[in-house]
Formats: sequence, structure tokens, C-alpha cells
Amino acid sequence: MAIEHTVKSYDEELKHLTRVIQNMGTLVEAALQSAMQALIRRNVELSNQVMQSDAAIDDLENQISALSVRLLALRQPVAQDLREIVGALKISSDLERIGDYAANIGKRVIAIAQANQFPLPASLPRMGWLGQKIVRDALQAYVERDAAKADAARASDEEIDQTYNGLFRELLTHMMEDPRNISACTHLLFVARNIERIGDHATNIAENVHYIVLGEAPGTVRPKGDNTPYVTTPAGKPSA
Amino acid sequence: MAMAMSDKTASPSIETVIASKPKAEQGAAMDEKVSIRDLCFFYDSNKALKHINLPLYDKRVTAFIGPSGCGKSTLLRVLNRIYDLYPKQRATGEVLLDGTNILSPKQDLNLLRARIGMVFQKPTPFPMSIYDNVAFGVRLYEKLGQAEMDARVEAALRRAALWTEVKDKLKQSGLSLSGGQQQRLCIARGVAVKPSVLLLDEPCSALDPISTSKVEELIDELKSDYCIVIVTHNMQQAARAADFTAFMYLGELVEYGVTEQIFTNPTKEQTQQYITGRFG
Repeated sequence: MAIEHTVKSYDEELKHLTRVIQNMGTLVEAALQSAMQALIRRNVELSNQVMQSDAAIDDLENQISALSVRLLALRQPVAQDLREIVGALKISSDLERIGDYAANIGKRVIAIAQANQFPLPASLPRMGWLGQKIVRDALQAYVERDAAKADAARASDEEIDQTYNGLFRELLTHMMEDPRNISACTHLLFVARNIERIGDHATNIAENVHYIVLGEAPGTVRPKGDNTPYVTTPAGKPSA
Repeated sequence: MAMAMSDKTASPSIETVIASKPKAEQGAAMDEKVSIRDLCFFYDSNKALKHINLPLYDKRVTAFIGPSGCGKSTLLRVLNRIYDLYPKQRATGEVLLDGTNILSPKQDLNLLRARIGMVFQKPTPFPMSIYDNVAFGVRLYEKLGQAEMDARVEAALRRAALWTEVKDKLKQSGLSLSGGQQQRLCIARGVAVKPSVLLLDEPCSALDPISTSKVEELIDELKSDYCIVIVTHNMQQAARAADFTAFMYLGELVEYGVTEQIFTNPTKEQTQQYITGRFG
């Protein structure tokens, strides 16, 4: 919005809130990128850094909650300002969960690194890249207050779900073929699940950006492509 | 902003918004008590209201908001033709109360002002007893016996949430009451003549926060029986108390809608600027 509040301190507080969200987004993107790098390279030291960085992300969520409550109490915001503040509260919550999932991926690197003989499925790094992209795109839409970009980010979650569906079946296959793969595959399954959930939370962020800008929920039905709850056999195997 | 909030063209209809609320919040079915059609108002040659079209629903509260000089009090005062007291002030267009145009020269102004009561910003109790303050208006229009008048006065004071505070001192002067009590006395005076519309011109601006809350609570109770219109500088009060809000600027109606929609997602950029404090 081009025109400033008559009371300038109100504008400063809203800008500060936006800055803290952006800082939190930067930390979350970095955590996710590092978690995927740690996984791909089986780098335990890097994974430890990811886990340690989660505390800073949680702290920023607390700051945003406190700022938001303060603004609600003292400024009685309405319309766009109200949507900004409520949106910031919800987005910080989604970012905090993404940070947790990135930290969880980092934790599993230790166990996966011990199963050196089991190669990473080719689609997992791509899934990680898609997860990073959707988070980046949703945050960029927030920075620019661009509803069209938010809608595009929202739509991209479908590819993450489809990749997850394929990965789920692939890991199931490996586990059925050789029980020695079960441990590594189970951890990788959790990693894939974490990325799928990251996609969902990034979608939440995109929907909140849409609401902040336009004052209404997105008109189209949210894509829900995760079919794994219905899977009973791996890909290519007939039902027993 | 990539998709900037210019004036939005598509907003949900009032009926759609009302119907989307839980049944308990929808209230009585909506009846357009007053219809304002192409209303213009002139202070001499100065056009203070420009082609106003607006419904006022029965058993609902409608708030007029806007910066100083926007015409909200002028509009309010057209509704009971109080401008008739002043020369060189005139209105054109129509204001229909239950289908009858009150701007017609044939309109009986005394009867009109019994049907449309008004409460002003500064409490204006008459310099007489509390009882007589309430009875005064009734005596102008009806001939009641003592018992009936006592009952009418009590009912009005109860309706204004003032009875328990004054029942033992009805003979005391209305001026002996606190500001908040005086304002509620004025409301009691208004409802005693059994109007169908109540006009409140910044009724709480001279009151402390506690008195303000009591008057707002009273408005919430009264709306079950009356069409209420309130002019307020306090946007939070409009947000709290009104079902519908009309934003005015420079004599024009800029936006009208359900209060919730006006204060969460107004369709007009000017409205958003005003209510978020970005005006001027």
C-alpha cells in the first residue's frame, strides 16, 4: 500500500513485523537447504548445524507472536492491516513447522549415513529441490504481496505430492526386496514425508498471502495429491 | 503491490453475507424501514449531500462514518427534518419511511418527530424532573391517565437501562444525573413516544468509557425493536455496535455494506485509507 498511516509509528511497527517474518523465512530456507545437502552428502556435521539452528527459528516465531498481539491490542487494526497481522501470525506458525521438519531431516542424516550401502533414490534430491522452491516462491510472494505468485506457488505443491507418491512406492519395493534395507528406507520415507509436509505448509503460506492481498480465500480447491494413505502394494506389484 | 487493492468491483451482496452467518447471528428478517433515494441537501447554495441512495433496515443498527464535514450529521438530520427549523436549508430527492416520503410538504413534522426520535452528542435533559423529562414528549401526543403515564415512564426508563438507578428519585432534576445517565435519560425520552426509528448523533463522544459501554449495550438491546442510525467519529464503536456501515466523504456515499465486510475487506480504496488511518 503506497499511502502511509498518519501515525508513522504504526507504519514502522508493521514494517518491523514484515522484516521479522522475512528474517525467519531466510533462516528456514537456509535450514532446509542445509538439511538436504547434509542428506545428499551424508554430512553429519552439517546436519548438527541444522538442528542447532532450529532454536533461532523458534525464537523468531515467539517474537512475531508477541509483536502481533501487541499490534492487535494497541492499534485495533482493521482491513488490510488486520489481515497483515493475522497473516503474519499464521505464516510464522507454518514457517516454524517447516523449520522443525528441516531439523528432523537433519536428525535422520546420522542414521542414513550409517547405511552407506543404500543409495539415495534419484527422486529424493529432486523432491528436496521442489520443497525448497515452493518455500522460496511462497516467501517471495509474501515479500512482494503478489497474489498471482502466491497462487502459482500453491499450485506447485501438486508436483511434490506426485513425487512423494512415487517415492513411497519405490521405498516400499526396496523394503520388500531386502529386509536389510528397512532401516534406511524407513528413515528416507520419513524424510520424504517431511518434504511433503513442508510443501503443505508452504501452500498454507501461499494461501495466507492471497488472503492478505485480496481479503478472501483462494477460489480454487486446494490440490491434494498425496495418495500414499491408500497404497497397499509397491508400484508394479499386483495385490495379493 | 502486484495485485494492488484498487476499487474492487465484485463484493458479495448484503443478503449473501447475512445468510453466511450462523442462524443465531442473522437476527430478524430484514425489512427496509427507511429508503433514501437520490437525496441531495443544500445549505443555501452549498451542496452538502450529493445523490445519496441508502437503505436503513428495521431492527438493525446502521452507522455513518467519515471525516469531519463529510455530511454524516447532515444526512442524519434530514431523516427527522430538523433542518426545517433553519432558513436556506433544503433537501431534494426522497426519504421513504414505510413507503411514505417524509420530505413531502404534506408531512406532519410533529408526527414525524414522534416516529423518528433523536439523541444528540451532548446530553440534553430538560430542566425538569426525571419523570417529566420522559413524560414531556408523551404528553404532546397522547392523553394518558396518571397510572398509564407512570407505566409508560417506567417502561421507557427500563428500556433505557436507567430505571433501577433513578426509580427512587424520579422527582429529582434530570440535570442532577451523571453524563452517562443523562444520555440514557435522553434515550428514554426518545423511546417513551414509541418511535420506530432512533437517530443517535455521536451519542457517546461526551461520555467516559464505562458510560460508553453501557450506552452501546443499550443500543444492542434496543435494536431488537427499532431501526437505529448512529453517527460516530469512533470507528471502533461503529465496528462494535453497527450491523451496517456507510462511509461518507465530501457529501457522497463512498461505500455501504455489512460492518464486518467494511472493516475486514472494504471494496473502495478510499474506505480502506480512512478506516486504517491513512487519510489526509
